[in-house]
Amino acid sequence: MLQFPIYLDHNATTPCDPRVVEAMIPYFTSNFGNAASRNHPFGWQAEEAVDYAREQVAKLIGADPKEIIFTSGATEGDNLAIKGVFEMYASKGNHIISCNIEHKAVLDTCKHIEKEGGEVTYLKVKPNGLIDLAELEAAIKPNTILIALMYANNEIGTVMPMKEISAIAKKHGVLVFSDATQAVGKIPVDVNKDGIDLMAFTAHKMYGPKGVGALYVRRKNPRVKVTAQIDGGGHERGMRSGTLNVPGIVGFGKACEICRNEMEEETKRVVKLRDKLEKALLQIEESYLNGDKEYRLPHVTNISFKYVEGEGLMMGFNKNIAVSSGSACTSASLEPSYVLKALGLGDDLAHSSLRFGLGRFTTEEQIDYTIEQVTNTVNKLREMSPLWEMYKEGIDLNTIEWAHH
Amino acid sequence: MAYSEKVIDHYQNPKNVGTLDKSKSNVGTGLVGAPECGDVMRLQIEVDETTGVIKDAKFKTFGCGSAIASSSLATEWLKGKSIDEAVTIDNMTIVEELNLPPVKIHCSVLAEDAIKAAINDYRKKNGLEELKFDESIVH
Repeated sequence: MLQFPIYLDHNATTPCDPRVVEAMIPYFTSNFGNAASRNHPFGWQAEEAVDYAREQVAKLIGADPKEIIFTSGATEGDNLAIKGVFEMYASKGNHIISCNIEHKAVLDTCKHIEKEGGEVTYLKVKPNGLIDLAELEAAIKPNTILIALMYANNEIGTVMPMKEISAIAKKHGVLVFSDATQAVGKIPVDVNKDGIDLMAFTAHKMYGPKGVGALYVRRKNPRVKVTAQIDGGGHERGMRSGTLNVPGIVGFGKACEICRNEMEEETKRVVKLRDKLEKALLQIEESYLNGDKEYRLPHVTNISFKYVEGEGLMMGFNKNIAVSSGSACTSASLEPSYVLKALGLGDDLAHSSLRFGLGRFTTEEQIDYTIEQVTNTVNKLREMSPLWEMYKEGIDLNTIEWAHH
Repeated sequence: MAYSEKVIDHYQNPKNVGTLDKSKSNVGTGLVGAPECGDVMRLQIEVDETTGVIKDAKFKTFGCGSAIASSSLATEWLKGKSIDEAVTIDNMTIVEELNLPPVKIHCSVLAEDAIKAAINDYRKKNGLEELKFDESIVH
């Protein structure tokens, strides 16, 4: 039996795995101690749980537990990494290289850096959502201290060539930071093989709880330091003060362990479902895949259905299916997705896009239902779309003088 | 953001979707908005030439649910009105009828613009002076 609503928005957040919740529960009640309480069993128990979780988290990304700084989430990790490096390495330079499809947590932090007198180069992505490596190398200057590029994009799921990026960075003695929020737990990420120096990620995108994340900070070759952005009791080796969120950290650790153990199987299953969904939806006339078909996450597909508007399209089934759209109407800004625009998509195609994010608990039955609902709604809305009628009559929409408003 | 029941009803059962023959002299067509803005509305009226009453109205809309509902509602209100009455339909009455939130007011503005554009197209075709309207404030 299909249960509604169906959740296909796993790039926004994921449900907690019941095993994660089970692991967390004792740390709300009986094992409630403060991990910084050094002198009694309550504190010891909490510290032990945090240490164990730190190992679980580190293992998933091939790091040493000492290199894990717990944060409140990826946004904090992005801020700490970029601002922290900018301040710590001020004597070496003030130039940062990033790109124009980064998450707002990175882009807005970069804007902050610019206000503080820093210099930021925003690389433009190619139509497939990947950066040009030659352009990256050409952008490096003597005062460049950091390359900040996302591991995988949240809207289109493209995966950046981190190994190649870090090889270039290394050649020029520049640090690499990656916002790996969408990638960790979904695809193999290894900070050593990938040559990453700092990396932010979060629990709630990988079936863990909200409000907890981590910043990986390399300790060897080279030893990286960041200036703390939150001052206080000197937790997390002085890089992030604040009482540790013990239940959240325990859940995060468990979530990482499950991802590590089950990633391979889960990916096989999810890719099959994603490909089935994508293939069926791309059979709809005038529908287009956004992003790269090869270098991308296994569980996401982003498709534009030309001549229908994304929010109107979602309204046809959003009581039963949760997806997300790059349409402006879903935001207050009335601007369509800057990520899709950065790929060179016209505003019309950006307005017509839907993102489907599959997950651990997605079933084939749900996918079949989604295919049917989306196809029917696209067809229904095209019947009432003046643009579809013009297209069918062979009118070139670009020749029409639209009343822009 | 939840939609009002009336918006949902118009979206699910849109009234008067379709196309009128724009080559006929008694048909006025208004096409407003732009694909880049995420909203395009085409509203058409067919006028009884002896009485000046709108006997049929059709729309097609590319846009969100509120845009579809605004244009569907507009066609319902247009039918049976004289072209002079029709011109007085105000976007705020659409907002009230559909309980549109502030972020969707532009949908009602677009519907009002489409009505005016359709009427002017009819007037132009029939040798009447085109009406001048103040620039809409909310866009």
